[in-house]
Amino acid sequence: MNLGAKLSILADAAKYDASCASSGTSRRDSRAGGIGSTTGSGICHSYTPDGRCVSLLKILLTNFCVYDCLYCINRRSSNVRRARFTIDEVVNLTIDFYRRNYIEGLFLSSGIIHNPDYTMERVVEVARKLRAEHGFKGYIHLKTIPEASSELIDQAGLWADRISINVELPTETDLSVLAPEKNLSRIEKAMAHIRGRIDSVKAEKKSKGRAFAPAGQSTQMIVGATSTPDVDILVRATNLYLTKSLKRVYYSAFSPIPDASARLPVLRPPLVREHRLYQADWLIRFYNYKAEELVNSSRPNLDLNIDPKLYWALSNPDHFPVDINSAPREILLRVPGLGVRNVNRLLVIRRWKRIGMLDLKRLGISLKKVSPFLITLDHLPPRSERFESLLNNREKSLQQELFDDWPGKSDNGTKFPYAG
Amino acid sequence: MKRLDFEPTFKCWRETARAALSAELSPEAISWSDGEATQLFEPMALESNQTRYNVPKRFMEVAERVVCHRSQGRWDLLYKVLWRITHGERHLLEVFSDVDTAALYKMDKEVRRDVHKMRAFVRFRHVVQEEEAWYVAWFEPDHHIIRINAPFFVDRFAQMRWSILSADECAHWDQRHLTFTDGVRREHAPNRDEVEELWRTYYSTIFNPARVKTSAMLAEMPKKYWRNLPEARAIPELLEQAPKRVENMIKASDAKQEAEIGKAVVPAADLDLESLKKAAAGCEACPLYRNATQTVFGEGPLQADIVFVGEQPGDQEDRIGRPFVGPAGAVLDRAMMEAGVVRARCYVTNSVKHFKWELRGKRRLHQTPNARDIEACRPWLEAELRLLKPQYLVCLGSTAANAVFGRPTKVLQNRGKWMESLYSKQTLITVHPSSILRARDPEQQEKAYGDFVNDLRLLVR
Repeated sequence: MNLGAKLSILADAAKYDASCASSGTSRRDSRAGGIGSTTGSGICHSYTPDGRCVSLLKILLTNFCVYDCLYCINRRSSNVRRARFTIDEVVNLTIDFYRRNYIEGLFLSSGIIHNPDYTMERVVEVARKLRAEHGFKGYIHLKTIPEASSELIDQAGLWADRISINVELPTETDLSVLAPEKNLSRIEKAMAHIRGRIDSVKAEKKSKGRAFAPAGQSTQMIVGATSTPDVDILVRATNLYLTKSLKRVYYSAFSPIPDASARLPVLRPPLVREHRLYQADWLIRFYNYKAEELVNSSRPNLDLNIDPKLYWALSNPDHFPVDINSAPREILLRVPGLGVRNVNRLLVIRRWKRIGMLDLKRLGISLKKVSPFLITLDHLPPRSERFESLLNNREKSLQQELFDDWPGKSDNGTKFPYAG
Repeated sequence: MKRLDFEPTFKCWRETARAALSAELSPEAISWSDGEATQLFEPMALESNQTRYNVPKRFMEVAERVVCHRSQGRWDLLYKVLWRITHGERHLLEVFSDVDTAALYKMDKEVRRDVHKMRAFVRFRHVVQEEEAWYVAWFEPDHHIIRINAPFFVDRFAQMRWSILSADECAHWDQRHLTFTDGVRREHAPNRDEVEELWRTYYSTIFNPARVKTSAMLAEMPKKYWRNLPEARAIPELLEQAPKRVENMIKASDAKQEAEIGKAVVPAADLDLESLKKAAAGCEACPLYRNATQTVFGEGPLQADIVFVGEQPGDQEDRIGRPFVGPAGAVLDRAMMEAGVVRARCYVTNSVKHFKWELRGKRRLHQTPNARDIEACRPWLEAELRLLKPQYLVCLGSTAANAVFGRPTKVLQNRGKWMESLYSKQTLITVHPSSILRARDPEQQEKAYGDFVNDLRLLVR
């Protein structure tokens, strides 16, 4: 099999991993030798027609796998074509692409062949070769196998900028149904181990040792392969951020794969739901919302028609309107239409002048969005009874519909409406 | 109003602005001219001046980028902001909503975005010049950013020789020095590179046709960049094929939904071979049962030391209901006898227990079971092997080897030696007897048969 054929099989196998970040690592350049640089912020070198960025060469070392996780295109029982890169093929492909400025670096993952350690050794060897033999200073993200020995995970962290283990599914039950060989507590233990390494290397870093995964660890959860609601997903994510110090949790709408298992829904991927989860995740991390303010047992799913910030505001009308000229930062952050950057700017402007609607307009803030919630120098919103009606009038939640026709039986052709 | 002539560089603008400030020239009194715009006003000469003005560092940082902006108004705007900063509004850059500040930051943002896009979308092409490797790119920036952006590429590609060509200005790095030359035309840049085909393959493959969202792509990668991006050529075709690809995935999956239920469910653990066989007779875990006459379960005594695993029953086995009773079975029988293995003391079974076939004319033609068929049937094989705990386990052919080892295992590379598997410490891989029947000529056949017998002799040593 030639390199192009291998690449198309092993990139296809990797594309269901959402992460493509190349940011947040230490600064490096190649003036003293080698090739590559990192500046701390990532670069998206291209965009595919699905709107996703291409920052890293995202491939599998091999898509042969001894596991049989139902949601995965590479599971043992899938009939996809199989291929395997040699270590040098991956190394050379990375360097060739990097030299031409196609990519920021490599995101390497692998199906499990023989056993977890055997596989992990080869993944680590690719990273070692790039760093030690080619002086590669670009970004490396290694997908780690939770069942691999901790020595190998430690080595991975020494060569890589980021390491990740996918929890894949938010609950133990989901996992036992769809990924029988995986085990949530083992995954969590491996993550905890990585966190421990990151923390301790950081602590002794004053002694200028090598950094351990300077861009931290991340994970991914598949959304929509089971009927687990958003509340379980977000609570799990919150716990992971908290206990494992994760940099990112990625949410990946379960998307039809070639040769899918019949036990999975064949629906258009729930992209809106995925988007809402990212919004909620953002609110939790940067806007000080708690997961239970957005979803809870009585309202287990995010609204698909309204973004979670607006939903919270509409359901908490007694918090509004707020005075833009006096409200503290954490209150301003809860105003729909105001982002972190604009809130920070408004706080600075406030030191010099009283803020009116024209100021907001010049900052590029949508007056239509914010005006029901804000008091400014020259604006007082009408009383907010209409919040109620806004809530009641909204359309029936699409969320339920997503599961009404699970697993993929639909007569009215609503599957993939945008496919035409 | 008077005209101030100056070179359009940050340094020149700074000196001129300093002179204008010390001459107390208000923004309304002068017009800035870098020679590009029409010259309406009288020129004016200013004495150079070394007065130091204390302006916030932030202003100098922003100004250095804003001078790269292509808009003519940038000089007037910069001076206006500078004037206000030095005339009682030192905090002006903190009033983000001020009309001049907002305009300045808008320009700054546009330049920064352009800088970022250049770092993203420059595509080097490899050429050999005078026996030296050079990487040459053509880029079309919106603003005059080649110079301020070059150090980024030096950091990144310090050990390469490279040039970035543009219509305004070109940057060159020879592994030591960064130099700039005048702009050139696009035709000066190389038009191909040997790696681009692979890059397009990668780009096309990483795209998920089930998530088409062109607006998101266009927001970040506007069409104006496409003609210099080798991968963009693939976009129209990707979009055209996407609906079809998704439809095919759904069709395939719907068909399977019909057919596939999942894995065989083996009844509770403490069974004997006979009840296993009875349970398997009603197995509908995969669609193969529909076209087969019956389940063909393994056969032999529970005490058997040797277990043979084949692929699947054939036409005769399917009709009779016993494994290895057709032509391949005959070859196996003969070879076993020759090697000194007594079939009656062995257990003989298959990886897949139903006959998979397709109709060719009037014949039912054998079809190799795929990974899913093997997976669906695996619980039966596992249950048999758990009960038998064979001392010796023989895999006949690659389907059996894959089923026993749980991963693709090559027959010819591994045949004739003892290996350890989950089910037996002494597992042997050899060819399937039917492969001997398919040999090209009698000579080949004889050799294949001899090798097969030799493998089986390992069992009696």
